[in-house]
Amino acid sequence: MSTLTPLPRSTGAGTAPAPPSRSLMKRLEERAAWQFLLPWFVGMLLITIGPMIASLYFSFTDYNLLRAPSWVGLDNFEQMLTDTRLHKSLGVTFAYVLIGVPALLVVALSLAMLLNRGIRGLAFYRSVFYLPSLLGGSVAVGVLWRQVFGTDGLVNQFLALFGIDGPGWISNPGTALSSLIMLHVWSFGSSMVIFLAGLRQIPEELYEAAALDGAGRWARFRNVTLPLLTPILFFNLILQIINSFQTFTQAFVVSGGTGGPADSTLFYSLYLYEQGFGRLNMGYASAMAWVLVLIIAVFTAINFYFSKRWVFYSDRD
Amino acid sequence: MLYPLLWMVASSFRPEALIFRDPSLIPTEVDTGHYADGWTALAHPFHVFLANSAIIVAGSLLGNLLTCSMAAYAFAKLEFRGRGILFGALLLTLMLPMHVVLVPQYVLFSNLDWVNTFLPLIVPKFLATDAFFVFLMVQFFRGLPKELDEAARLDGAGYWRTYFQVILPLSVPALATTAIFTFIWTWNDFFGQLIYLTKPALQTAPVALRNFVDATSGASWGSLFAMSIVTLIPVFIVFLVGQKYLVKGIATTGLK
Repeated sequence: MSTLTPLPRSTGAGTAPAPPSRSLMKRLEERAAWQFLLPWFVGMLLITIGPMIASLYFSFTDYNLLRAPSWVGLDNFEQMLTDTRLHKSLGVTFAYVLIGVPALLVVALSLAMLLNRGIRGLAFYRSVFYLPSLLGGSVAVGVLWRQVFGTDGLVNQFLALFGIDGPGWISNPGTALSSLIMLHVWSFGSSMVIFLAGLRQIPEELYEAAALDGAGRWARFRNVTLPLLTPILFFNLILQIINSFQTFTQAFVVSGGTGGPADSTLFYSLYLYEQGFGRLNMGYASAMAWVLVLIIAVFTAINFYFSKRWVFYSDRD
Repeated sequence: MLYPLLWMVASSFRPEALIFRDPSLIPTEVDTGHYADGWTALAHPFHVFLANSAIIVAGSLLGNLLTCSMAAYAFAKLEFRGRGILFGALLLTLMLPMHVVLVPQYVLFSNLDWVNTFLPLIVPKFLATDAFFVFLMVQFFRGLPKELDEAARLDGAGYWRTYFQVILPLSVPALATTAIFTFIWTWNDFFGQLIYLTKPALQTAPVALRNFVDATSGASWGSLFAMSIVTLIPVFIVFLVGQKYLVKGIATTGLK
């Protein structure tokens, strides 16, 4: 990699009797900047932008990797309108996002508030709550979840103590998705840490002033904490929505790669994988990918639009 | 919170029959047989998969640390035409779902004959494709006092020397955060490894574990748990060592 060879020292000041002219300095800086940017720039063109354009093209073609793509116009998108499994996967994914994300945020915020009350051993509790969010996306935890929510699993062992005969949570189409939502909520730790950092930023004086005005605990939460925390809440919301729409590993592991039972955990990503890499319908998979981008973009745009009504930026007041 | 994880650890030392009857965290009798069984249950012993994961992680670490910090140095400290537009492009790629580039990337790498090699999983890291880390380091470099690198330049140090001898040594927190997240994400990654590595001898620990689920169809939870724990241990160690940086890193950038 020739780009890594350091510039000779003499390119800066020093060799010339007079200091180098400004324009020469500027040119040298420009040249250095491009050397530093080169790997990133090549990567962006070859690994990101190029493939983006290609996938847009593929989405209008019939393509199975073996033969050259053949142009089919809007066929893939029309097929999506009548593809009942695709509709099912959209339903599953929307349910997951619309239930899982708010639930996760509520849990994360509640625990952040609890930890922020100056309890002893904060660092310890923070770690305990944070660890699952690091491990939650791993295959190993997916394996664990398969057992915990299985017919003879841990959850049912507990229910049996109370004389309840629990269902096979993940083998039952009615409950399989909820066990995955629970896994999602279980990994609330990273959002909680972001909330904690936000809570630390709220000046103590505001609480003191509110207390002097006779505000109770709930009023202080409602009128001080919550408004000042809305930017962080918004940030977490956007981040979680974007992530949740792309859920794959856990659905794949828990359902054994099928999205079952009865397609009840057929996440959009899982169906995209099945179309693209299971059946080599690369054109259809590309079209699906672009629809996902559109969905995420629309969700994000809606969020930004409504954020004006509820997100409060103290420095813009 | 940690109960299911601790229970999995306890169960990995329990006789098979007790896993379905004993919700306690302390095994009554310790049996390491599941580890021995699980280690050799697949076509290759488990250390082969762990080594494959380790190679990919090592390559990703080197690639991300070097090229993301290079790009960040240019964005944060140097002036050049088009900086605004390129930085905007960087921020856009932050939000792009990977699905969009999935198929063409696969086509590209399979045309290069890179399927069933580690290259599709490592080479992109040497092209700074993890925009998150570029962004993180740009934020950090911007906070370094301008006088420091200006002083170095006045002493006659070129840009590369300034970068290696002034900027990088001062950026240990940002580099550590990048290293820790690169480690954990790459180690836990599943999708990429699933599509690019289909030969058993090349498979990584998560993919092998997934195949183990199929191979045993849930018949041997003890050894499944044992191997699950083996794959979690490296992440756990990195978590313990790097906690300080992890918490700072997510608090400032919102990484997961």
